Formats: sequence, structure tokens, C-alpha cells
Amino acid sequence: MRVNFTVNGRPQEADDVWEGESLLYVLRERLGLPGSKNACEQGECGSCTVRLDGVPVCSCLVAAGQAEGRDVVTVEGLADYARQRSCGTGARGGTSLDEARGWQAGRADSQTGEGTGLSPVQQAFIDAGAVQCGFCTPGLLVAADEMLERNPNPSDADIREALSGNLCRCTGYEKIMDAVRLAAARQSEGV
Amino acid sequence: MPANGAPTKITQGSQTRGGIGESTLRPDGTLKVTGEFAYSSDMWHEDMLWGQILRSTVAHAEIVSIDTSEALALPGVYAVMTYDDLPTEVKNYGLEIQDTPVLAHGKVRHHGEPVAIVAADHPETARRAAAKIKVDYRELPVVTDEASATAPDAILVHEHRDDHHAGHVPHPNIVHRQPIIRGDVAEARRRADVIVEGEYTFGMQDQAFLGPESGLAVPEEDGGVHLYIATQWLHSDLRQMAPVLGLPEDKVRMTLAGVGGAFGGREDLSMQIHACLLALRTGKPVKIVYNRFESFFGHVHRHPAKLRYEHGATRDGKLTHMKCRIVLDGGAYASASPAVVGNAASLSAGPYVIDDVDIEAVALYTNNPPCGAMRGFGAVQACFAYEAQMDRLAKELGMDPVEFRQLNAMEQGTVMPTGQPVDSPAPVAELLRRVKAMPMPPERQWESSEGADVRQLPGGLSNTTHGEGVVRGVGYAVGIKNVGFSEGFDDYSTAKVRMEVVGGEPVATVHTAMAEVGQGGVTVHAQIARTELGVAQVTIHPADTQVGSAGSTSASRQTYVTGGAVRYACELVRERVLEIGRRRFGSYHPAWATAELLLEGGKVVTDGGEVLADLADVLEDRVVEVEEEWRHRPTEPFDLRTGQGNGHVQYSFAAHRAVVEVDTELGLVKVVELACAQDVGKALNPLSVIGQIQGGTTQGLGVAVMEEIVVDPKTAKVRNPSFTDYLIPTILDTPTIPVDVLELADEHAPYGLRGIGEAPTLSSTPAVLAAIRNATGLELNRTPVRPEHLTGT
Repeated sequence: MRVNFTVNGRPQEADDVWEGESLLYVLRERLGLPGSKNACEQGECGSCTVRLDGVPVCSCLVAAGQAEGRDVVTVEGLADYARQRSCGTGARGGTSLDEARGWQAGRADSQTGEGTGLSPVQQAFIDAGAVQCGFCTPGLLVAADEMLERNPNPSDADIREALSGNLCRCTGYEKIMDAVRLAAARQSEGV
Repeated sequence: MPANGAPTKITQGSQTRGGIGESTLRPDGTLKVTGEFAYSSDMWHEDMLWGQILRSTVAHAEIVSIDTSEALALPGVYAVMTYDDLPTEVKNYGLEIQDTPVLAHGKVRHHGEPVAIVAADHPETARRAAAKIKVDYRELPVVTDEASATAPDAILVHEHRDDHHAGHVPHPNIVHRQPIIRGDVAEARRRADVIVEGEYTFGMQDQAFLGPESGLAVPEEDGGVHLYIATQWLHSDLRQMAPVLGLPEDKVRMTLAGVGGAFGGREDLSMQIHACLLALRTGKPVKIVYNRFESFFGHVHRHPAKLRYEHGATRDGKLTHMKCRIVLDGGAYASASPAVVGNAASLSAGPYVIDDVDIEAVALYTNNPPCGAMRGFGAVQACFAYEAQMDRLAKELGMDPVEFRQLNAMEQGTVMPTGQPVDSPAPVAELLRRVKAMPMPPERQWESSEGADVRQLPGGLSNTTHGEGVVRGVGYAVGIKNVGFSEGFDDYSTAKVRMEVVGGEPVATVHTAMAEVGQGGVTVHAQIARTELGVAQVTIHPADTQVGSAGSTSASRQTYVTGGAVRYACELVRERVLEIGRRRFGSYHPAWATAELLLEGGKVVTDGGEVLADLADVLEDRVVEVEEEWRHRPTEPFDLRTGQGNGHVQYSFAAHRAVVEVDTELGLVKVVELACAQDVGKALNPLSVIGQIQGGTTQGLGVAVMEEIVVDPKTAKVRNPSFTDYLIPTILDTPTIPVDVLELADEHAPYGLRGIGEAPTLSSTPAVLAAIRNATGLELNRTPVRPEHLTGT
């Protein structure tokens, strides 16, 4: 079958799609967007999280045909998505930067010399050391970005609840917590 | 045409120094947060086929027949291969013992063993074709534990053993046995005022790395093959693959694709040979990606263990002796079992002074899933048991469990049960002091102005309690782990470092075969190059087999050994650069000949800080390149009878304090906080060091309260091969993990560093168990703890 939908703001068409293919498979193998990950392909790990008409879903559990005519945002489009959102709404109120400063003590500046094109949550994951192997990172970024959109001033328990569908095996989640706190603080300060 | 997703060089620039000791950020971080970082499962090639493995549905059986005709007839199928299609006489592989068939030959020995492989133009076609292969099994009895494996009439898992351990083991179903005898236990036992005996069970843990086993094999014009692969050790894979493929090693090119975690589970081969066989057979690129179900069958697990311990102590709290017997279930194939036995035995006494010991560790061959390397490697199971013993001894003696441990803690100079003196700092008592001194989390932390926040209570969002029946407990544990490959293994690494001027700037390129699996080795290599060569720009070359072996990303060894190799190669590059400088500019300034010279900030400077030349002027268009091997100091094998020998390179220590809350009515546990103190020697990258400690701690938490592969004892079949049924900690299950990092240099190691990745996985589990015992008063001699163990139901 043929499937038409929008991915990261661009109309996409996939041909010869077998009816059993998931949205994840079509994104990864037919549209050249492997950023959404395939850690379990059974809806348990969250590594394939994308936004489907704004709602975070496990794309491994969405049949490709269900995406017909709909809007999909993947990690590859997250920076653009966040940029458009901030243009639309401006800075938000929220927590103080101090609340997120624990992680900063003694840290040198970014060595990457890059990152200007990243969304706040992407940059925060790098800065806070929330990325190790990185396989969970795309799904966590999409989920965290969506939570910060809904709840710009989350408590720790809020963050944990919102990200409880995303498994990470490397970090023990502490630096992911730091990253989301940092993104929230930067967002509220308009940094 | 190159494969899509082939790794490219990553250049990391810096305005500041960015050398060792700084928390520089990952060079691959931007690629990983944008989704552009290519993992092995992301590889793609025009015209590529998909490979699929057919696995045994039973644990132990003779294969009467295999019929592939229906599978081959399915449109879209390009190849179906069985044992009969293997191209050479070499049909087995293995890390130490070549006992693992590439495809089953006449017999399967465990549930999920590869029997046939398929290549097709769509993954679903490949799956359907595999399902059409008819395998006729005649089932055999299974051996699943020590009693059944060593019974007089036990069926042998491997009938014709000729490996180097076969001659000294007491039974052919024992892979390896390592005793350690030191002192006089019978005499020491008479001095004991209290004796504590215990039997402990450790469940089978899975590495559960998130990136599934996967890779892309591309046939090459010279008849060879190029494999893009997620692994822990490219050269070890290559050594095992080439003979089976019937190719010389230089016709099997290996490039490391992005690795989604490892934790020991990628030490053994998985789909490497299968993908290459199908690519060579079809002449087309072949991609294989396991799904999670298959991943549970596609790699070895942590050895489940039965441990029996006896400790004695005097009334004033000094340990007198220790006897222990550790039985590890190695499953159907040897994998790393012999080395795990050596570790379990040599580290079984823990970080304590015990002069008189009688130790035995064995690994079994059974029809259970094969077990091998996982973070902590034999030391984890022992730590769970000896730390439970320490708490019981302290209780018998009426002593504080931390003070009791401190009283018996080893220190620099203590002699291990193997006779090896610990010749670098061993701050065991200090780590316990530090972890105990950390502030306690507030009581009843779930209470808020709006009532109980169930997310912070046992049972969490299941909303099973608002605090009723919830009891708090606190527990401590400390452990000892070896660093690096032991027992006389020639454990070296290779680094190629190049320095040249690009665009007017000096640039260093670091090329190693080190598997970056998430640990941050690439970050550290760039830091070392900046420190040693004084450049801002460092390029990390993709890891491949075009450079010498880096050894495994295992055993907490990579920063030590490949880091050591990078430093060594940088030192040689620096010497050559300075030679060029002396030759060209020596006559202009006497300091070229007389002063200690350094490379800093892109310049040659004296140790007094005087600038002699720009590196760009020294080098001009010259390229300086060095490839060298580097070794840590040698180790010795353990004597097969006494276990004596300087078997280990370095030791690593961590201590934990766990605070738990237990819903005693439902048997649910919430770990509230899991504090860790660890000596890291020197933190080359503090941010990454803390990340390693927190990650290792969390894997220890997992096996304390939830993680276990359940194998049916009657059929030896795996009952929970999915993330639905095999649970790993989520962010809601994981507490805050405060970390106190101690840096006491080891003078034998590069920069004084200590391998850090595994130690936090040891003491985390027993600390959580101790806290649950403290909360409930139950004995709890097995891990993981399940609700029924707490409620008695």
C-alpha cells in the first residue's frame, strides 16, 4: 500500500508498504529517519517515541497505515519543532535557574563547539551528561520535550512519571533528571 | 558504495584546554541527541537483504532432520543455510573454548540455539521463511543444576571435551574449577567465638543493553566481507569469525557501528558470522537486527549462582577464617565461564583481611542458557553473599555492621587469598565512613500538603498504599573488583596517533579499535591527546581493524589500557615533534637543548612557561604518526591446586548505603536512596565517572528487586524473554544516587587512575538487600527479592 503523512513538517510518501509494517519501520527503513529507535519493538521501552498529531506514542505499536494523513514529529525534527513553538508562545514562567544548578558545579564549558541548532532539551541532555550509549536518548528527548510543553515547571516526581515509559540502561537516570531540570530552568529563564 | 550509516571521523574543538580531569562533553553527543548517530541497527545499503535466524524451540535434543525446501520456495528468499552449508572445516567458535557451533550440528544444547539462517528481501519474508523450515527434534533429558549435571548417570552436555580445562575438572559437566587454599582454616576455626554459615542464591541477570544485536555485512570485490558491527572487541570477533568464513583475517574488514550499550553481553559473537555467511552466499549486503525476544536468546547472561559460606570471628570482632563454595551455572557453552570462575574464587573473600581461607569455585555445563560476561564478572555474586555474611556476623556479635566491616577492612599491603599483596590504595574503611556520613533522606518523603504522593511510595502509580504498612530500612555494603584481564592474559592495547597542521591549526587524530559502547572512551581519548599534545582540535577516527587491537571494552579496563596506549603514543609523537623542533630551531634558543619541553596551547613551551615555537611552524606540512602497543604490568595464572598467584592487575572499591521503604503487607519495595562512595584513583572526566557509578549502581538495584531470567527447571526453557516480563528499573524505580568520589592515585596506572565501571555494580545489590532485611527482619538469602519472599505467601 501507499502511505502519505507529514514528518517533521514535510509531506512524505511511502510506497510498497506491507500492511503489517509499523510506523517505526517506515520511518527507519523507508524514509531514512533512523533516529527513532528499535530497542524492544513491543511498546515497553519508549525508544521509538514520536509525536503523532502532538501525542507521544510508541511508533513501534502504530501500524504505518494509521499514520495516513497525520502529523509525525521525530527526534530529527525536534529542534525545528521547539523553535517554532518558542516563536509562537515566547518565554514561559517557571522555576528558578538555581534549582538546576547542582549539576553545574565545577563544570567546564561545552567542548563541542556545536549545538547552536539544538532544542533546549537536546542541549541540556548533552550538558548534563545524560547521554551515554544514547540509544534511549531520542525517545526520552521527545517525551521530555512534550512534558515540558505541558508542564514547564515540573516537580521531580512529575518528571519521573512523565518519563517512566522510557527505559535507560546506562545512566541510572540521575543525569537525565538533571538534564530535564536544566532544560526547564533554561526555558523559564528564556536562556 | 559505502554503507549508509558508516561512521565518520568526529572532530572536537575546544577554546579551553579540555584535558584530563575536566568534565568535557562527549564528542558524539550532538549526533546522539539529533538522531543522526548511526547505530548498528541503523545501517542501510542499497539492495540489502535481511537475515533471520531460526532457533531451537527445545533445550536439549537430537536433530533428526531439517527440511528447508518450503522456506527456499518462498518468493523473496535468497538463501537458507544450515550446518551443511558451512564453508570450511571450522564450524565452532568461542572466546576461550571453541565449543559453540555456528549452526547446530545434529544436536541442540539450549533453548534458542541457532539452527538455520535465512536471507530475504524483507524482514517479514525472512521471518516467515524461517518459520517454514521443518526441524524434527528428538528430545533428550536436560541437566539444569549441580545435582543433575554431576549425577553418576548424568548426560554429558559436551561428550568429547578436549579443551585445556578438561583434564583437571572433577566431572565433564564442570567447565572449570578453581580452589584457593591459604593458611590453616581448621586451626583458625578453633579461635572463632562465633561461626556463621549461610547459603545464598543469585538469579540470572540479563545485560539488557537497549541497542539490539545487529549489523550489516557487505561482500567485497576481493571475495572478502566488510562487517559494520556493534561489539565490545573487534579483533576478538575477527579472530573467531575468519576461520569459520574460510577467509584470511585481512579479507574480513570490521568497522565499529554505533553500539547501544553492552555490559558484557557483546563479548561473545551473536549475528556476526551469520550475516557474513549470508552476504558471501548471496553476494548481497545482509543486515540482521534482533528483536528483543531474540536478544534474550542471542547473548549470554550473568551466571546464576549458589554460594555456601562459613565465616568465623572472635568476640572482639576480628574475622578468623572463611570457607566458601561457589557454583556458577555456565549453561550450554563455555563463553567466559573459566575467567568468571577465577574472578569469583579470587575475590570471594571480599575487601577484608582474612588470613585463613578455603575456597572453591566451579562453573557447570548445563542445558540452561549460556552464561558469560556481565558487568562485575563473578565478583557480583560473591559480594552479594559475603556482605550478607558480614551483616549476620555483626548481628551475632552485637556490633554495628559498618564498624564491624571497618574493623576487618583491607588496606594497602593486605595480602589477598591468592597471596597477591594489594599494592595501591585500598580505602575500604574510608569509603564506608564516607557513605555513612552522607545526610539521610527525610522520613516519610512521600508526604506533601496534598496528601501522599504515591509516586514516591512502594507500588508507585499502582496506588497500593498511602503509607500504611510501610517500613523503612537502611543497609550497607562494600565490594572489591579486579580491573583488566587477569591470570596471565596478555592484555594490551594499540593506539595510532597522528599530528599535523590543518588550516593553520595543529590537529591530533586518535585512531584505536576501542569499542565505544557508551562509556565515554572517545571523550577521554580526546582529553588525553589535548593534555599530552597541547592541541585544541582532536579528531577521533572511527574504530576498525585497520589499526591494532584495543582489547575488550570489559573488565573496567579501557580507560586504563587503551587510555594508556593513547597516552603512550602521544608521548612518542611529542618526542618526534620536539626532535623536529630541535633540528630546525635548536640553534635559535638554548632552551631547546637544555629545558624540559612541553606542548601546550598549540606551542612548544619550556617547563618554565617560555614559548619557543608554534606547533604549526615546527610541523609545517610534516605529518607525525605513531602506532604502538601498550601493556599494563603482567599477571600470573592462579595455581590450579592452591589458587596462589599474582593474578590481578589492579583492584577497585566502592561502598553503598541503601535506604528502602517496604510495604510489608504487599511485599513491595521502594528504594528511596542509594548512595555510593568510590575510589577512582583519578577522575579523568568527573561527569562521566559519576555517570558510570550511577549506571552501575542502578543495574545492581535491578538484580536486587526485579531482574531475573526465569528458566523452567523441568524443560530448561526461558519463560520471560521480553521487557514485559523481564523488568529493568525505570526512572520511577530508581532513586536519587548521591556519589562521593575519592581520588587516591595508583602509582602503577596511567595518571593514577583506577578502572571504575564495575565496582558500583557489586555493592549496590547487597546494600539494598541489607536494607530490606533491616526493614523486615527477614533472612532473605536470594536475589532478586520478590514480593512473596517478603509476605511469606
